[in-house]
Amino acid sequence: MSEIMVTTSEITAANRRDHRLARLAWDRMGHKVAPGLYRLGNPTPSSPVFVTGNYSLSFDALRSALTGMDTHIMVLDTKGINVWCAAGKGTFGTEEVIERIEETGLKDAVQQRTIILPQLGASGVNAHEVRRRSGFKVEYGPVLASDIGEYMKSHEATPEMRRIRFPLKDRMALVPVEIVNYLKFWLPAALLALLFGGLFGILAVLIVVAFGLILFPILLPYLPTRQFSSKGLILGALGGMLFVLLQLQYGGMGLDLQGLIVAAAEVLLMAPPVAYFALNFTGSSPIASRTGVRREIFRYIPMFVIMMALGVVMAVISALVPFGGSL
Amino acid sequence: MNLLQVTDEPVALEVVANEMNTLRYYPQRCINCGMCTKVCPHGVFAPNGAKVKVADHTGCIECGACRMNCPVAAIEVDSGVGCAAAMIRAALTGKEPTCGPDCRGI
Repeated sequence: MSEIMVTTSEITAANRRDHRLARLAWDRMGHKVAPGLYRLGNPTPSSPVFVTGNYSLSFDALRSALTGMDTHIMVLDTKGINVWCAAGKGTFGTEEVIERIEETGLKDAVQQRTIILPQLGASGVNAHEVRRRSGFKVEYGPVLASDIGEYMKSHEATPEMRRIRFPLKDRMALVPVEIVNYLKFWLPAALLALLFGGLFGILAVLIVVAFGLILFPILLPYLPTRQFSSKGLILGALGGMLFVLLQLQYGGMGLDLQGLIVAAAEVLLMAPPVAYFALNFTGSSPIASRTGVRREIFRYIPMFVIMMALGVVMAVISALVPFGGSL
Repeated sequence: MNLLQVTDEPVALEVVANEMNTLRYYPQRCINCGMCTKVCPHGVFAPNGAKVKVADHTGCIECGACRMNCPVAAIEVDSGVGCAAAMIRAALTGKEPTCGPDCRGI
């Protein structure tokens, strides 16, 4: 039986720094707390037991939501991954819950026989099996730790508390981490573009990044069509058109036949990368199904490849053939 | 919503299924424990008298929480890694999609 650790509800400056670094994808797997049993406040053997994963942001969201309460917290070893993703993977799972109950000696540390799990852990945990094998009843609390205070009044979550939302604030929080994660794509692309296309080349890459990694998450619910990829293609085409307009205005581009071919090539080259970012954003969202994502991959990835190939061909044609005739 | 008949059981079993995802619900098996209505983050299941009903089939994101916590196997759904990056990589390398601790990012 391992020793009970002590924690508080206080989020310190060091915690906040850790959160900021996590949001910037710095040391991705390094935002961890020690798994095991914690005391928060002055819990008695009949105080509630909350369960979470050992990603520091998950643990901190929980203990911060427990301000003023006396509880135990049992932290599972989810390898530094948040509850929802770890449950999908199974590390926030039935076996880990049962083993952690054993390992921490929870049966001796508390008298009551209920553990409260976050609702989003349910995809990894079979509550009936945990009860049968460990003797502890699993109660699924609300989706958000911040609703725990309200939940504890009746141990019943309202339908609203059981719904996962994807509000602007959550979508915005993903922007920095996405930009950093894709650095290996867009930084080399920006350098190449600068080398071959000058300032307008780099502008094209920046528009793709801005539209795909910043505007897409912000505008997600407002973009037409249902699938992420088609939303991304629409937004990406708008980005391409913006780039064409900027060239017409400031780049000395003309609306002759050659100019039109170049414009079409640019839109064909810029929309797919934006849409690719959009397709990948399904994995950062809590609103896409696996079947839907698979469908999008097989439907749109070939389309992206064809569009970009067509764009390259048109760019080459426009460079090789001296048109010059206006329409 | 289609009502299909499957024949692998002695009694023909009513199935609530849908084209949009792999969620399948067998209402005859439901014992009305209400667990699925609690764990679903998208309000797919709703209380409806003696058995739960599928209130929003297309809202299902195949997370698998309902199937995992249904004590009588009244729900089936193919859940698993749904991350596009992992699935694209899996399609290219022929390996299983994987996420979590061994995620290699995009």
